[in-house]
Order: sequence, then structure tokens, then C-alpha cells
Amino acid sequence: MPADAASRTPPTPDRALGAVPSAGLRLPSWLVTLTMLLPTYAWLTLAILLPLGAMLSFSFMTATPLGKKEVAFTFKHYRAFIDQPYLIGVAWTSLLIGLWTTFLCAVVGFFTALALARATAGRLRETLLILVILPFWTNGLVRVFSWTMVIREGGFLDLLARSVWPDAPSLGFLYSLPAIILGLVHGYLPYMVLTCYIALVTIDDSILEAAESLGARKWTVLWRIIVPMAAPGLISGSVLIFVPVIGAFMEPRILGGPRGVTLGTVIEEQFTQAFNWPLGAALSFTILALVLGIFATFSGVLRRSSSL
Amino acid sequence: MTAVDVTAIAKSYGKVQVLSDITTHFPEGSFTSLLGPSGSGKTTLLRIIAGFVIPDTGRVTIGERDVTRVPVWARNIGMVFQSYALFPHMSVADNVAFGLAQRGVKGEPARREVQRALEMVHLGGFGTRKPKQLSGGQQQRVALARAIVTRPSVLLLDEPLSALDRRLRQEMQVELLRIQRESGLTTIFVTHDQEEALTLSDKVAILDRGRIVQIGAPAEVYERPRTRFAAEFLGDTNFLTGTVAEGRVSLPNGMRIATASPLPTSGAPVTLAVRPEKITVAARDAAPQDGLTNRVEGTIIASLYSGTALTYEVDAAGQRFKIFAQNRDAQPLARGAAVTLSWSPDHTVPIEDAP
Repeated sequence: MPADAASRTPPTPDRALGAVPSAGLRLPSWLVTLTMLLPTYAWLTLAILLPLGAMLSFSFMTATPLGKKEVAFTFKHYRAFIDQPYLIGVAWTSLLIGLWTTFLCAVVGFFTALALARATAGRLRETLLILVILPFWTNGLVRVFSWTMVIREGGFLDLLARSVWPDAPSLGFLYSLPAIILGLVHGYLPYMVLTCYIALVTIDDSILEAAESLGARKWTVLWRIIVPMAAPGLISGSVLIFVPVIGAFMEPRILGGPRGVTLGTVIEEQFTQAFNWPLGAALSFTILALVLGIFATFSGVLRRSSSL
Repeated sequence: MTAVDVTAIAKSYGKVQVLSDITTHFPEGSFTSLLGPSGSGKTTLLRIIAGFVIPDTGRVTIGERDVTRVPVWARNIGMVFQSYALFPHMSVADNVAFGLAQRGVKGEPARREVQRALEMVHLGGFGTRKPKQLSGGQQQRVALARAIVTRPSVLLLDEPLSALDRRLRQEMQVELLRIQRESGLTTIFVTHDQEEALTLSDKVAILDRGRIVQIGAPAEVYERPRTRFAAEFLGDTNFLTGTVAEGRVSLPNGMRIATASPLPTSGAPVTLAVRPEKITVAARDAAPQDGLTNRVEGTIIASLYSGTALTYEVDAAGQRFKIFAQNRDAQPLARGAAVTLSWSPDHTVPIEDAP
């Protein structure tokens, strides 16, 4: 229908703010735009670009520029993965922890958000949502230490098991990869719940009813309609979780013990114990490159689902 | 293509009785409108037929099959929603193919069916578009194609046109009627728009507070409303309340009105309904018209000019009349003019319920 075609043409976008005629002096539009962007960029420079720049320059130095040692330019820290091959194993552990944590958060977080968005209403929903966010409000260190009480040998988990079956073998798994992942999932789950919840509440009930009326069973509705429509939430949640988890050092150190050597703990050691800032900085940028590389690989998927 | 029956359906939410004792038959291939104000239970009835709502009591049968306890996905229905409810992450063709895929129809046969359905709604070339690239009217036509492509037993329409603007809506009414006739689907249409219901339907069911107060062909429901609610909800009506005396109705102001319908025994109170467009209004000195035997005299107290039509308000010895007249005369009657109103006893319908 011609009328339909006509109504589809997008409205002409407003001109830049500077082009709006004003009563007094008229500034060129580029100047207005620049002025309005200035506070943002000033803040970005101060908070991100300068510290990052400092770190980047450290990473090319032979020694931390605070001591008395002579400082020279070098690329050697970026060869760390070749010079110290054990770092490749460390990086692999970090990647594994990142992937498992993100995956478990996605599964648990998505279904929690689904239950919140679909099965509850009103006050109950608000209360449950606050309970989900609660871990955010507790101190991370306390949270992680409390897990050591639960999962160590003879901890609360074992007490519970032995109250059911007195001769139960110890279920404690402190100082292992699963322990680290458990702590990280606990800490980062709220991100996934919230991003998925926001994506899920925007799905109109009638869309799900339409699918059902067309003959789709519950699982088909979930996989063909709900999951694809919640994909933006799943993806942004995954990004929010994967990036900090790759560099996390507190959970690996406390819950992983001797097994908890990750890129995060190695970097932290360079700054706090080994006093080798340049190596720490170089490793940080290596992780950054790794993460960016992963996102670049999947950017096609990201773009497709964000164009919903 | 199957008849649909609902038998003794009742539904309440807590203390609110939404539907009470609904029994009705939707004949095979018919187009039935469920018409009523919001809160009348029309949408709940449709959702009970669809299976989204389980009735407290009663039975729903589609064809020979009792589906009261059958889940929505197994009922073989087609449904169109007010909000279109297209799947935003799928192309138009994938939207239409969704129901076919659930029935195991895939590949080339599915592609052919989808194309046929899209051509039926004049969107043959739009298969690769995303829903949000279409206008509201086009989206609703995709929703319609999606609902009919599976050849459902019954087509359920939940106010499908109310999100569209007036002109598009009229276009879509014509489309809807054509598609319904071509497909021969038993169709149940929920609307609060009385004109739409009269235009589209074979049968109109008027719902009021959870009950069907009247069901019948559009002309029948319009011309012979059984209750005050039905008369008022379907257009404007003049109500004349009086008592039966010598085969006529005598009003408190002394007027005696004749009706072609049977009246209760003498002395009983009765309310008559007369549609505003059935009354002829003429200047007092004009020659009386033949055949219109109810005749009262009055004065015009308001005259509204709206192009093709005129709306008069007339006071006749304390009884107010609303009259719709075609704008035919060179000079519309002015306020204060002395007029004679006349109308046929055929158009004077006694209302069943109390005033």
C-alpha cells in the first residue's frame, strides 16, 4: 500500500544543536558540539587515558621508575610469555576460569531473571530483586572468606552432609578451580541477573502467547523466542562478567590457594611484592589485547543480536 | 473449518465474576463479533476459547473435540493480537513459517505456503524484511498471514484493528473480510467498536458484565435491541417509558405511541426504543407523510450541523427526542422551530428489561 511505504520514511533528523537559531550570538555548530563534549572527554582523559598512558609507558621500561636504578626503554616484558612459558599455563587457567564463570553465570542468571520477570509480580518481585543484588552490598573480601568456612574440609558443607550421613567423606573442595569459580559466580551473578532481567521484562506477553497459539510448546518458546530476544542481555552480561573475571586476583588467591595462580594474581604480585611494575603493566596490556581479540572475533555475533 | 461451542462457561478472579453462564454456538465458517465495553468479559471469553484462560466451569468444543483441558499449543488455533505480537528477531517469512515448523512443515513446502499466505495479505515481496521495518498496518497483515497459514480450526482476533488509525482501519476491515471469506475460517472477533462489529460480522454477540445479553445478525441486533444496554451500546436510542393502555403505550405527558411488536397486558410499565434516524422531522405546517402513524409535536431546542447529517434535539411536552436527519433540505430547521415528529410503529421496539 503506498500510504504504508510513505509512513515508513524516517523523519529527517534534527540538525546539530548549533544550527538552531538563537536570539543572541550564533556560534558555529562544531564549536557548540566541542564545548558540550569537553567535560566528558576531560573526565575520560583524567580517569582513564592518563593512568592507562602511564601504565603503557611503564610497560616499556626496564625497571620501576621509583627506585634508584637506571631506567631504559625495552620490549622484553612483552616477551614474558616466551621467556617464561609457565605464564601460558597461567593464562589458560585464567581463560578457563573466565569462561566457566561466565557460562555458569549465564545459565543461573538467565533462569533467575526469567523467574523474576515471568513468574512473579509486585512486592514479591521487588524483594527478590533486592535479594539478588544483595551480594553487591557486602564486602567482597568478607564474602569470599565466608566461602572458605563453607567449603573447607570439616566446614559447613561437611557438617551438613554429616548430619544426614555421619560417615560421609569430606565434600570440601577449597583450594581448587571449582572453588575459585564458585566464589566468582557468587560475586558476579548479579550483573547477569540484572542485564537479563532488563531484556526479559521488555518481552511482551502477547509475543509468547502468539508463539504458543501457533503450536509451540514451552521449551520451543524458550529456545526460539525468549532466549534470542534476551540475547542482548545475555551478551552484555557476559561482557560485564568475563572482562573483570579474567583479571580477578582476590578470589583465586583466597579460594584457590596454591592452585590459584592466575594472570590476575601474577600481575598483582608484580605490583605489590616483586615491585616489577613494568612486567605487571605489560601483562595487563597483554590481557587487554587478549580480551579485545576475543570480542573482535565475536563482534559479528554481538552486532547481529544488538540490531534487534 | 469447524464450529466452535462454548457451554455454561463461568470464570471469576477472586470475588469478581468475569463471565457467568455463557453458552453460545459459533457456526462453521461464520464471522462472529464479541462486542462490549471494557470489563464486559469479551476478551476473557476469547482467551478461554484460545486456552490461555481455564474456565471455572463449562466446556469448550472445537469441532467434535472437547478442548477445555487441552493446552493452547495443541488446539490448532490462529490468533491475532492487538499489539501484532510479531517475533522481532525473525524475518517476516520466518514469522509466518513459525507455525508451520511446529507442525513439521519445513523446507520447500513451507516456503510455498508462506509465500501464498503473504500474497494473500498483499505482502508477497516483504518476506526478507524484519517486522520493525514495516508500518503498523503491514505488521498486522503479517500477523494475520501467520495466523491463517497453518489452516487453524478457528481464527481468534483480539481487537486486531484498534491500534491502527481510522483510514487504515477501514482498509483493513475490507481486507479482513475478504481473507475471512476466502479462507472460510470460523472467526471470532473481539471489539469494542460497534460500527466495526456491524460491518464485519455475520453475528454480533453483545456482552455486558459477563453475560451475552443479545446475539444475532447485525441488523437484527441493531433494529430490535432486547435490552436497554444493547440499545444504548449499539448506537443512539430514544427511550420512551410509559404504561400499556388499549394496545398502545401512553406516556406521562399524554402521548400515545403505537408499536408493531406485541405488548404486555394493560397497565404494565413498558419502555420503547426508537432509533434517532428512524424519526422524520418536518415543519409543523408540512403535509403529513403516509405510513408513519406515530406523530408528536414539539420544538427544536438544539440543532447540530455536521456536513452530511444534522442532529436535532426536540422537546415534545417534556419528552426529549434525538433525531438524525440527512442534510437534504435547502434550509435546516432552526432552533425554536415548531415541528412534527413522525415514525413507524415498526421502528418502535419494546425493551425487555426494566427502565
